[in-house]
Amino acid sequence: MIGLEQIGRVFQVGGQPVHALREVTLAVGSGEYVSLMGPSGSGKSTLLNIVGLLDRASSGIYRLDGKDVTALSDEEQARVRREKIGFVFQFFHLVPRLSAAENIELPMALAGISAGERRARALELLKAYGLGDRADHRPDQLSGGQRQRVAIARATVMRPGILLADEPTGNLDRASGKDVVQILESLHESGVTLLLVTHDPELGRRAHRRLRMVDGAIAEDRKEDEP
Amino acid sequence: MRPLDVLRFAWVSLRGYPGRTLLMTTAMAIGVAAVVIFTALGEGARRYVVDQFASLGTNLLIVFPGRSETAGAGPGMFLGQTPRDLTLDDALALTRSRAVLRVAPLAVGSALISFGGRSREAPVIGTTAEWQVIRNMQMAQGSFLPGGDPHAPSPVCVIGATVRDELFGAAPALGQFVRIGDRRFRVIGVLATQGQHMGFNTDEMVIVPVASAQALYNINTLLRILAEARSREELDAAKRDMTRIIQDRHQGELDVTVVTQDAVLATFDRVLTALTLAVGGIAAVSLGVAGILIMNVMLIAVSQRTREIGLLKAVGAAPGQIRLLFFAEAVLLSSIGAAAGVVLGLAGNAMIVRVYPILPATAPAWAVVAAVATAVTTGIVFSIMPARRAARLDPVSALSGR
Repeated sequence: MIGLEQIGRVFQVGGQPVHALREVTLAVGSGEYVSLMGPSGSGKSTLLNIVGLLDRASSGIYRLDGKDVTALSDEEQARVRREKIGFVFQFFHLVPRLSAAENIELPMALAGISAGERRARALELLKAYGLGDRADHRPDQLSGGQRQRVAIARATVMRPGILLADEPTGNLDRASGKDVVQILESLHESGVTLLLVTHDPELGRRAHRRLRMVDGAIAEDRKEDEP
Repeated sequence: MRPLDVLRFAWVSLRGYPGRTLLMTTAMAIGVAAVVIFTALGEGARRYVVDQFASLGTNLLIVFPGRSETAGAGPGMFLGQTPRDLTLDDALALTRSRAVLRVAPLAVGSALISFGGRSREAPVIGTTAEWQVIRNMQMAQGSFLPGGDPHAPSPVCVIGATVRDELFGAAPALGQFVRIGDRRFRVIGVLATQGQHMGFNTDEMVIVPVASAQALYNINTLLRILAEARSREELDAAKRDMTRIIQDRHQGELDVTVVTQDAVLATFDRVLTALTLAVGGIAAVSLGVAGILIMNVMLIAVSQRTREIGLLKAVGAAPGQIRLLFFAEAVLLSSIGAAAGVVLGLAGNAMIVRVYPILPATAPAWAVVAAVATAVTTGIVFSIMPARRAARLDPVSALSGR
């Protein structure tokens, strides 16, 4: 499903090239649950951004569902992001002016789905994530855990095949972190490919495939049989 | 993305920053209101002048004695003036033209008019019955000067409303004898109040038959001749005929000036329309300033909302859609401002009319439309750059707020 071939990413920092990714080759099959761990600056977020088409690789080829997406135009990449990829961020990134339901509706609005259908699907997800009574609350009226659940609902409302989470529990207390992980794992169980960047070893160990990155390269790739 | 959703998103964004939205719409509104009010004033001045001319009567031609010439160009031309005056027969001769409907001679002087113990200095107009029709004068009481031979003096007069009030107070004026200069005249009519007409207040005038006026002042000349053409189309023919008739009567010498009211009116109209345009244009500069403000504010909005733009990109907004969202915001902003400006401008206009009822100040429709169009266009033009900047943001750095 996700096929990275010798992906490199070079940033220019103060005129000096910095290699954030060095020739990363990685294949992730459909429905896998992968965790990406490693020290800060090891390139795990960069890798996640490239997989999510938020960032472009400096070299190498990225195939998504067998199709080369490296050379797509910005507009085409936006479309792929909209339809196939969901993002969950450490800082939630909800639009502060919009209610919980409206935040969830955002990707659907961008896709041109009608208001009635948007609302119905948003409410359905809110209910499923235990936020049925929070639809018209704005983000600043929600707790951190609730915000992250809204963000997950937004990431999954277009029913993408891939869910990318960058430190999804990094900004949450233990209890709400657990709720969020539970939701992510239930999504994985329903067939979504889950890629998780985390610093938390406990969370990383829950994944069925664990990648460790060091200095822009994959240092360790451990698969574990399902318990 | 559906157009309605774009608008809704833009609207929510505007509502999210009420302070800046209010300031921006105010700037835009002031610009639009300035255009509306200034053009209303210009248009008011133009219409005031046009109305003044129109009240003098339509299809009007005026004959002045004399003709501006350069003196000293040849023998016999020492003063740049012609020795011949206009006479009553000149005026009557003008009716020979088929294009001329009616003619009113005008001899003007000033005299003391008195009744009982009161007296008052008043302009005295000597003319004929035709004058009432040409000048479109309404009577309050009695009748205007009778027709008949203009050469025959007759001791009757028509007085203006002010003269009546001053001399007679509440007492009846009709049929009373007044003294004008050293002669006695019977009041046969009172003019209805008409107010100021190009500096001539008819309320203060006294009107007597032209022959009586000439006798009163011991003259046989006229100040000018008013003539009415049969129709607007025949104005030029009337002017040609009148010039030729007078020239024939003055031994072939062209020593009068014939002007059509239209020509004078058209000149004023042109001058004042140009004035309105100039003033409106100056006001429109403020719209340009408002446009630059909009650009500034939109640029700030882009940097304020960097994370949001990154998020929009992450959830699948294409660069075109981001451009559209910011674009819609600017257009909405300037449209609301323009609408507020029109309301403000029309309110100001209404206030001007209330304070100066004499000025028919109404903003012309084209000015309102042009002001709104300019406002929205500047909004669009000046939002292009911010919108493009937003669309070009790199999503990864945008998400981290960089």
